[in-house]
Amino acid sequence: MRKVVRGFYAIAYAVKLSKPNVICAYPITPQTEIVENLAEMYANGELENCEYITAESEFGAASVVLGASATGARTFTATSSQGLLLMTEVLYNAAGMRLPIVLAIANRAVSAPLSIWNDHQDSISVRDAGIIQIYVENNQEAHDMIPFAFKVAENKNVLLPFMVCVDGFKLTHAYEAVDLLNQEDVDNFLPPYNPVVSLRIDKPVAMGCYAPPPTYMEFRVALEYAMERAKKVIEDESKEWYEITGRDWGAHIKAEYCEDAEVAVIAMGSIVGMIRDVVEEMRKEGMKVGLLKIRTYRPFPAEEIRKALTNVNKVIVIERSLSIGSEPPVTLDVKSALFGHSSQEIHSVVLGLGGRDVPRTQIIKIIKEVYEGKVKPGKRYEGLKEFEEVIP
Amino acid sequence: MKSIKTTWCPGCGNFGILRAFINVIEKLNKEGIEKGKIVVSSGIGCHGKISDYLDLPSFHVIHGRVLPFLTGLKLANPELKAVGFVGDGDQYNEGIEHLIHAAKRNVDLALFVHNNGVFGLTTGQMTATTPRGKKTRSTPKGNPEYPINPLLLALSSGATFIARGYAGDMKQLEELMYDAIKHIGFAIVDILQPCVSFNNTWEFYNKNVEKLEKEASDIKEAIDIILSEKIYTGIIYRIRKDTFEESLGILKY
Repeated sequence: MRKVVRGFYAIAYAVKLSKPNVICAYPITPQTEIVENLAEMYANGELENCEYITAESEFGAASVVLGASATGARTFTATSSQGLLLMTEVLYNAAGMRLPIVLAIANRAVSAPLSIWNDHQDSISVRDAGIIQIYVENNQEAHDMIPFAFKVAENKNVLLPFMVCVDGFKLTHAYEAVDLLNQEDVDNFLPPYNPVVSLRIDKPVAMGCYAPPPTYMEFRVALEYAMERAKKVIEDESKEWYEITGRDWGAHIKAEYCEDAEVAVIAMGSIVGMIRDVVEEMRKEGMKVGLLKIRTYRPFPAEEIRKALTNVNKVIVIERSLSIGSEPPVTLDVKSALFGHSSQEIHSVVLGLGGRDVPRTQIIKIIKEVYEGKVKPGKRYEGLKEFEEVIP
Repeated sequence: MKSIKTTWCPGCGNFGILRAFINVIEKLNKEGIEKGKIVVSSGIGCHGKISDYLDLPSFHVIHGRVLPFLTGLKLANPELKAVGFVGDGDQYNEGIEHLIHAAKRNVDLALFVHNNGVFGLTTGQMTATTPRGKKTRSTPKGNPEYPINPLLLALSSGATFIARGYAGDMKQLEELMYDAIKHIGFAIVDILQPCVSFNNTWEFYNKNVEKLEKEASDIKEAIDIILSEKIYTGIIYRIRKDTFEESLGILKY
C-alpha cells in the first residue's frame, strides 16, 4: 500500500509488522517520534504480545531490551546522538552476549557543541561494538530494513545486534511516498524468533559469565567471525527481499555507472539520492562518473568495493563524520580495502557536519574539480567557513 | 543583569524561575558576592536554556549530569558558589543516580529543579514525576508507573536543605532560592513549573499549593510534610552538617 508518510512513521510501522515483544526507549530528538508512533500503536492495541515502556535513560532503555532479549524476546529500541553514546556500554555487552536487538538510529551530531542536527558521528562512533550497521538512503529503504534487520540479526549464523541508521530530520521527519509492507509478506519473510539459548524455565542457563584470559579472546574473535558470516546472510536475505517486494537495494553496496567511470563517488545515507541525481546529469553531459553507495558499514564490504572500483581512476569519499586525529572513518576503510590491490587517487571530503546544508552545487563542484584534475588527493572540508582559532 | 530573547513558550513556568533567580543574583551582588563567583550549570531540556539567558559564568552540560559536573567544580574551586538548574526529566530520570550521591556527599551547592512532570523539549513524554494514569505522548494508554517523590528521595539521601517552590509565586521562590544558595550544604528546591504546551498545571497549582507555615524540626516531621496530601511550598527541612568540602578539608566556612 503506497502512502505518503513521514520517516518516523515508516519505521514504526515496519517495527509493528515485525511483531516485537518488547520496545523500550527514552525520548531524544530526532528519534522520539519513532517510538511515540509505536506507543500510540501499543495504546490502540495494534501491537499484539508486545510491551512498550519508556525507560529512565537510554542506558536504562538498552538494558531493558537486553534483559528482554535474554529471555528470547524480539526487541526494538531507537535513539540518537548522546543517547546512543550513553547506550554504548550496554550495546557492546549485547553484541558480546549475541543478542539480536534491533535499533533504529536517527543520526544526529554529538555534543559539544550541542546540536540536534544530522551527521553520522553518533553511529560511526560505535562501529567497533560488533553491531551490524546499515545506512539508508530514503524512507522506503528505512521501512524495508526493519524486518530485514530482525531476519539477519536473528539468523543463527549471525546473532548480532543490528542498527538501521537513518538521517535525523532529513529522513525521519521528511514526507515520502512509501510502499508500506503488508503483514502477510513480512510474516512470510520473517519467522518468529527462535533463540538458541535464553533465560527460560525449562532449560536454565547462566549468562554473562566472567571470561578469564584463557577464554576471553575466543569469544571476541567469534564475534568477528559472526560479522563475517553476516555478509553472506545479508546477501541471501537481500535476494529474498527482492523476490518478495521487487525492490533491489543491493546487499552491501550499490554501484551505479562505475564500470567505465573515471571518477566514482562513495557515500552513505540520504545524501546518496542527491549525488545520484548529479551523477546522472553529468553522465548525460558525457562525463564518466559513477556512484558507489555503501549500505553496510559493518560488516564493511571491502571486497565488493574493490570489485566495483576496478576500472575507476579517482575515488571521492564523501563523509559526514570524523575520526579526530586520523583520516575520516569511511576513507580509512576504503583505503584499507584498496591497499595492495589498486592505486586510485583517493579524495576524502568531509561536509555537512552538524546539519550544515549540502547544496547540489557543492556536490557538482566536488566532482568537477576532481574530474578535471584541479585538486590534489587527500582530505579536505567542503562548506567550511573561514575561521580563526583563538589559541591563547 | 542582562538577559536575551528567550525561546520558551509564552506562559511557561520557566519565566517565573528565571525572574526570581535574576532578583536573587542582584541581591547577592548588593551583598558583595561578585558575579564571577556564582557559576551556573544547566542540563538538557527546556530549562537548560536558562544558562543562555543569564549573564553569569555557566556550563550547559549533557543530559542529566549537572550534579557530578558541579561536584567536580566544587572540588577544584570550592570558593565558587555552585548553582544547578535541572528539569525533572533531566535530574529525576536520566541523572537520578547523581541526585542520591550528591545529596549523600552533602556537596555545598543549590539545585533548582524545573519540575513540570513532562519532557517538554521533546514535546510531551512521561517523566519520573508524571502522575500515574496520565496520558502523554509516550504513554497514550495512561502512565502505568507511580511517580517518584523527589523530596523524599533527596531527604533520605542526605540532602541538608529541602524546599518546594512554585513558579507562580515568584516572591516566595526568590526567598527560597536565596536561602538555598546561602545554605551551607546540599540544597534542593523542587519547583512546580507548569508547562503550558504539554502539561498545563497553572490552574491546578494555583488552587492547590499551600504555603508551609513552619519548617520541620526533625526528619520525621519533614517526612510527614513531604508525604502530606497537601502540596506545601516553602522550606521543609534544613540541617547543618559537614559538607563534602569540609569533610575533605578543602574549605572552612
